[in-house]
Amino acid sequence: MEFINLVLIGPILEIAEYPAFFLEVVFGGLMSGVMYSLVALGFVLIFKASGVFNFAQGVFALFAALTLVGLMTGTMPFSLDKVLPELPAWAAIIATFIVMVGLAIAVERIVLRPLVNQDHIIMFMSTIGLAFVLEGLGDTIWGSEVKALDVGIPTGNFMIGEIQIQIFDLWAAGVAAFLVVVLAVFFQSTRTGRALRAVADDHQAALSVGIPLKNIWIIVWSVAGLVALVAGIMWGSKSGVQFSLSLIALKALPVLILGGFTSVPGAIVGGLIIGVGEKVAEVYWGPLVNGAIENWFAYVVALVFLLFRPQGLFGDKIIERV
Amino acid sequence: MFYRESGQFKTSYQSDQAVFPIRQDLWCVVAFFLFALVVIPYFGTEYFFQAIMIPVLIFSLAAIGLNLLTGYCGQLSLGTGGFMAVGAVACYKLTTGFPELPFIITLLLSGLITAGVGLLFGIPSLRIKGFYLAVATLAAQFFLSWLFNKVAWFQNYTPSGTITMPPREVLGYAVTGPNADAMHRYIFCLLFVIVLAMAAKNLVRGPIGRSWMAIRDMDIAAELIGFRPFQTKLLAFSVSSFYVGIAGAMALSLWLGSVETAEAFDINVSFQVLFMIIIGGLGSMMGSFVGAAFIILAPIALTNVMVSWLGMQAVTAKHFEFIFFGGMIIFFLVVEPHGIARIWQLVKEKLRIWPLPY
Repeated sequence: MEFINLVLIGPILEIAEYPAFFLEVVFGGLMSGVMYSLVALGFVLIFKASGVFNFAQGVFALFAALTLVGLMTGTMPFSLDKVLPELPAWAAIIATFIVMVGLAIAVERIVLRPLVNQDHIIMFMSTIGLAFVLEGLGDTIWGSEVKALDVGIPTGNFMIGEIQIQIFDLWAAGVAAFLVVVLAVFFQSTRTGRALRAVADDHQAALSVGIPLKNIWIIVWSVAGLVALVAGIMWGSKSGVQFSLSLIALKALPVLILGGFTSVPGAIVGGLIIGVGEKVAEVYWGPLVNGAIENWFAYVVALVFLLFRPQGLFGDKIIERV
Repeated sequence: MFYRESGQFKTSYQSDQAVFPIRQDLWCVVAFFLFALVVIPYFGTEYFFQAIMIPVLIFSLAAIGLNLLTGYCGQLSLGTGGFMAVGAVACYKLTTGFPELPFIITLLLSGLITAGVGLLFGIPSLRIKGFYLAVATLAAQFFLSWLFNKVAWFQNYTPSGTITMPPREVLGYAVTGPNADAMHRYIFCLLFVIVLAMAAKNLVRGPIGRSWMAIRDMDIAAELIGFRPFQTKLLAFSVSSFYVGIAGAMALSLWLGSVETAEAFDINVSFQVLFMIIIGGLGSMMGSFVGAAFIILAPIALTNVMVSWLGMQAVTAKHFEFIFFGGMIIFFLVVEPHGIARIWQLVKEKLRIWPLPY
């Protein structure tokens, strides 16, 4: 009885007593949820179009952020001397995007093309390798210390009633929403978008009606690079550009399981649920077990989800026929 | 000329199905084993045992464990580090809780406990496949390392949070604890790993191994011809965890002596073991050994070459190591998905018809 009181009733009472604090926790969770969603979005895009589960997405974000910082501070690649002209934020972002497109082309050439038609699991493992290469490369080129990133997103906070809201978080949410709308339009109503969806449905059928598969892959990986860049900017501005950025990739996995591997809205909703869930669990249930629930909460939620609804909230049901 | 099977007639099914059907193979393996058992202890130094031979053997065992699951049964796992932690903690709790328990029994029991935990996390594998399963095993990794870090009972309430193996003896020789001689630990490791590897080899070439491979190659077909997927997969999970758990227990007791569980068996260990079986060879016993040796030796060699000879900074060498390993993974997946073991097999094929290839 005492146990039930401690685990179930206590935290609920606490929530009821200080609703404003609870809302603040929820807001904090929503904001980290937006970040998870951004990374998860990159996963979903690539998975939909090529069936490849890109483990390196988080490292993509790290690499993009590192490149951006490097360009903005005028760092010379490989030497860490600040001798190049410093680029303004907008020019650096464009230049970084070009780098990401180059990366997409390289990945398609070196990793994807030789592995066409291989098992999904082989592709997955090759992206683990890719993640390691990029991690080492990023550190070698730009140095491995923590860097500050400031692209001019306003900071500060204001109060609504008793709830404190960070302006930066609102910006992050706004950018994420904008990105989703742009991607939705891109997928639904442009020629390329239709080709992408065709490829996602059936590689062979798409090839036979004349859709160039390799171009499509380059486009998809470039778009994923763009999403990674945005995620990298957001995370980097918030907590500095550092190695832990690539660990978000791992957090995006449970997000995907929750939302479904093939659904863009799923990635968003899943990210928000995981973000809020782990913050609330940490604040209210964490003290009962010495804290740090955040590290595994998302995975265990995903595990439970896998048992009861493997395709996720919005994913396509996997039907196997003999 | 020297490596061929002409004149070796198989007169019984037993000899036809032997582990090493060609005599030269058997000689080679026995010679290698004797070399490791007799010659290496003769001139090996403390550093050589502690930094190279013992970790190679222990990680070989972990790689065998993961290979049983991933290479033979086709279930990807990213939770190897977590299961090694279970083995280590089980070993620690058993030795401190039951001081009179013989050390070998302790190791085997730690393996069994890990097998139980592995079974638990293997349950979702019935419904999910591929990277869905990888996420489930990631859950195991993070949950287990959190559990061992936060619950003080697993560390016997030591304030530092590290677990330290008390001294234990096997046949009168100290093999664990600060006073154990590196050579004794090495020899014990070697014998233990060889016995377990032989057991695994015999397991995978028998009915159990065939059922695993049937599931790996096409699970629906396997189900239709009468293999039960759930039982088969769970068996693979528990046997795999048994090996991985023993590897973890040995890493604590015979190699490191004292560890902080969450640090020593983190997610990087899981990746390391996965890389071992990809580079060594998925679905190959020899590949597990070769892969482990490669992954342990390559960083040491790289650091030596880059720092000592080329005069680069240690940090750069560390970054380069990442690029090197990632590159190797991609290279092997693209060029030779069956790893070094397959290359070795091809060499043997060539050697058979040398010097008169037809």
